[in-house]
Amino acid sequence: MTMTTTSATELASALQKGEITSVECTTAFLDRIGSTNPTINAFLSVDRDGALAKAEAVDTARAQGKPLGPLAGLPVAVKDVLCTTDQKTTCASRMLKTYEPPYDADVVRRLREADAIILGKTNMDEFAMGGSNENSAYGLVRNPWDTNSAPGGSSGGSAAAVAADMAPLAIGSDTGGSIRQPAGLCGITGLKPTYGRVSRRGLIAFSSSLDQIGPMARSAKECAMLLQAIAGHDPGDSTSLNTPVPDYLTGLEKPLQGLRIGRVAEHFGEGLDQEVAEHVEQTFAAYEAAGATIHEVELPHARYGVPTYYLIAPSEASSNLARYDGAHYGHRWDGTPTDDQGISTFDSPLVEMYCRSRAEGFGPEVKRRIMLGTYALSAGYYDAYYAKALRVRRLIRNDFTQAFKKVDLIGGPVSATPAFKLGEKTDDPVAMYLVDLYTVGANLAGIGGISFPCGFTKTNLPVGFQLQGPALSEPLLLQAAHQYQQTTDWHLQRTTAIPS
Amino acid sequence: MTAESHHPFTTVIGLEVHVQLQTETKLFCGCVTTFGSSPNTQVCPTCLGLPGSLPVMNRLAFDLSLRAALALNCKIASFTKWDRKNYFYPDLPKGYQISQFDLPFSYEGHLEVIDPKGVFEPRNVRIIRVHLEEDAGKSMHDEAAGTADSRIDLNRTGTPLCEIVTEPDIRSPEEARAWLNELKLLLVYLGVSDCNMQEGSLRVDANVNLHIPQPDGRLAKTPIVEIKNMNSFRSVERALVYETERQWGEWQATHAEIGSMPKQTRGWDDSAGVTRGQRHKEESSDYRYFPEPDLVPVTVSEEQVAAVRATMGEPPAMLRKTLADRWKIPAYDADVLVNQGPELVEYFEDLAKKVGEGKVASNWMQQDVLRMLNERGGRIADFPVQPAAVADIIERVKKGDFDTGRGKEIFAAVLETGRPVDEVVAGLGIAAVDEGDLQKLCEELIAENPKIVADVKGGKEQAAGGLIGQAKRKNPNVNPGKVRALALELIRALP
Repeated sequence: MTMTTTSATELASALQKGEITSVECTTAFLDRIGSTNPTINAFLSVDRDGALAKAEAVDTARAQGKPLGPLAGLPVAVKDVLCTTDQKTTCASRMLKTYEPPYDADVVRRLREADAIILGKTNMDEFAMGGSNENSAYGLVRNPWDTNSAPGGSSGGSAAAVAADMAPLAIGSDTGGSIRQPAGLCGITGLKPTYGRVSRRGLIAFSSSLDQIGPMARSAKECAMLLQAIAGHDPGDSTSLNTPVPDYLTGLEKPLQGLRIGRVAEHFGEGLDQEVAEHVEQTFAAYEAAGATIHEVELPHARYGVPTYYLIAPSEASSNLARYDGAHYGHRWDGTPTDDQGISTFDSPLVEMYCRSRAEGFGPEVKRRIMLGTYALSAGYYDAYYAKALRVRRLIRNDFTQAFKKVDLIGGPVSATPAFKLGEKTDDPVAMYLVDLYTVGANLAGIGGISFPCGFTKTNLPVGFQLQGPALSEPLLLQAAHQYQQTTDWHLQRTTAIPS
Repeated sequence: MTAESHHPFTTVIGLEVHVQLQTETKLFCGCVTTFGSSPNTQVCPTCLGLPGSLPVMNRLAFDLSLRAALALNCKIASFTKWDRKNYFYPDLPKGYQISQFDLPFSYEGHLEVIDPKGVFEPRNVRIIRVHLEEDAGKSMHDEAAGTADSRIDLNRTGTPLCEIVTEPDIRSPEEARAWLNELKLLLVYLGVSDCNMQEGSLRVDANVNLHIPQPDGRLAKTPIVEIKNMNSFRSVERALVYETERQWGEWQATHAEIGSMPKQTRGWDDSAGVTRGQRHKEESSDYRYFPEPDLVPVTVSEEQVAAVRATMGEPPAMLRKTLADRWKIPAYDADVLVNQGPELVEYFEDLAKKVGEGKVASNWMQQDVLRMLNERGGRIADFPVQPAAVADIIERVKKGDFDTGRGKEIFAAVLETGRPVDEVVAGLGIAAVDEGDLQKLCEELIAENPKIVADVKGGKEQAAGGLIGQAKRKNPNVNPGKVRALALELIRALP
């Protein structure tokens, strides 16, 4: 058995049966990280000692017949946006280069309680702001299918780690598509759960009303397994949903007979890559063949999704990131006067410390969004921008509510194109923002969405398919993706593009 | 001396009061709120504003603020939400304060203040809104020469604060002070806050300007000034008196009216006794309020309001009437007692119950207990003489064991020595005077004072008073009333 290409569900079963140990399994993934990460840069930090110590503890407990958690001995990669007490948490920002949180994120706590092995922290766009993973202060991430292409973002490190077999399971976060889009571009499966399904406590906030943590893995079944471990009510997160967590695994095998899937005509408009369109249409056909019915639905305000998102998310971010002021923790200007940031006059030494610390600590995309958000919330602009965006957000939510009266799920592309070349969009922020075109709706509406591979382009780049479902439809999203993966093997394809 | 007594204008004052709620824990986390602990020991990721931390509302704090709003006769919103007020300051670790902007939890209330001495007319001050917010931390600037160290204590960060904003209904600095006293009393009675200004649990800003009638009938208004940095109610009154005079002088010099300049903020310098202009920049700050996405809106049902109302004690205004009726004491007495706070009222009621006469108990409270309490300082709860002991002394006076003056001496001695009344009475050699001894004493006095006897016999009964002083010198324990009565009887019996 080549453990690094074996699914997490099979690894779990082999671990349970004693066919492999967690130390062996963890070592295999750590070795794979050792050989592959220098090229891909999916991990910002790897906790080899901690992971092996935990693996050994799990093996010992298992040998003694002690009860173990559902992910016992399974390696997991965690996006560096989640607080961990035993590893630095940087958010891929210079601002938090040395930051060591004094508490674990609720999701990390749940992973530990499930006896998972946390391999390390994955690379990302700084503060989860970006769609290509080129905004990391610690270097870009390369797409395992074409190392000159972007893996997508902002959970590009988690997506690439799974795609390159450096981890069977990974945690991502999705504010406007940051799980689904890199999953699509890297040929893996990623689920953005309903807002509130997974606790945000300890998730370093980008946009609080949109952020949601979710599982990333090769298959829907593995995502179901990981979601099972991290979902649930957290009294420490006021926006966490206090509804029971269903069993995500038991319903997976149910056939799709009678499932109504919506198709949105606007998704197939200008800008959609021809090959992507073809694979997406073929996926609809596959669903029809499996017993589902396809229905045209309308999301009339979908085209306002990106502008709405780019008002709400930066507004919240401008406030969420105010705490990085150099006063209490994180990067602080060392007092050396420079004028390379184009700023020279300050109201007070305190203001100079703030300005220079932030000028040095944040990357350009983060600054751009802080400025956008500060502007949108300012007196005189609030009504025209932020308040209007909130109204449009309600309209977008209503669109989905209406659509889900006619269909169970809505299908379509994840991204308009397959993975784009590194550097291709870095000089054009608006083009970069449009990579979220098909994904921001689910965040604005607070609903669930799943992305999974549905084919490859002629140049062997993965193409993703997205299903979106109403609030708390995770069982159906996972079932629909799993059923598709029972008759296709796109998700099992392994890359050979990583130079050794 | 009031400013308006000799100036042709009306002083218009509105207040903004921040009150720390008396909760065990902070508004959005479980940290305790004890005052005076070592810096930065009552903190957690949430009140430190660490990355990834989230707030969770403390419902007890919310209910306590409901109680304050109800006591201020406010309407309670059935739906209220939280907003972020964004600004940078080192004692604000998140870079924003969780507050309430456009939908405060309560609005449109009022609180009346009545001056029993009648210096001003009863004034009903309308309240625009009461909202709840979290406190910031404390910056401590080391201003010693050569050091520019600033230190931050975040223990206070996240402590629940009620902000009470009045309409500009107050018409003089005295009224402002009296109203603040009434507000403080109300909040203390309801257990909402200890309102300790020294510990920062009550902070006041005042907005003031003058309305000056013009010869053409128009009302000229001076620019509104906000005064900050007042650390006692006395400071508030002094600052307002100063500011009223300053604005009057300014008006006479410039005739500048409201709207001719941006709203000014002035800080009160207590030792210099002046207000000083603060930088304009601080006033033009844009807080970029927006709904707090980390918290869910709060709904308040009529049942919840009723439940809070049911646990509320009697507000001071009502208690004054209750005390006056229950113990048959004058309104003035009730006012004095109630203004001392709930613990003193409890002491009084205990005493009055034991003595059985409200007015007697009230007199003792005002003339003895309160006087000694003020001399000693401290709280009535820590006052060493219990109501039972005071009642015992009063009872003995009533029985005629000794007179009121002697009773006061005994009270002072009990307070000083901490010994029981019995022991003190014995120690001072106070014993009830035997009827035979009294007879003998009076006979001696009559024999020694032929002039007084003659005067009395001549119809000047008041001359007998001269015998009482002499009797007390011979035996300090005698009851003056008894001496007087017996002496008169004996004199009349003389041939």
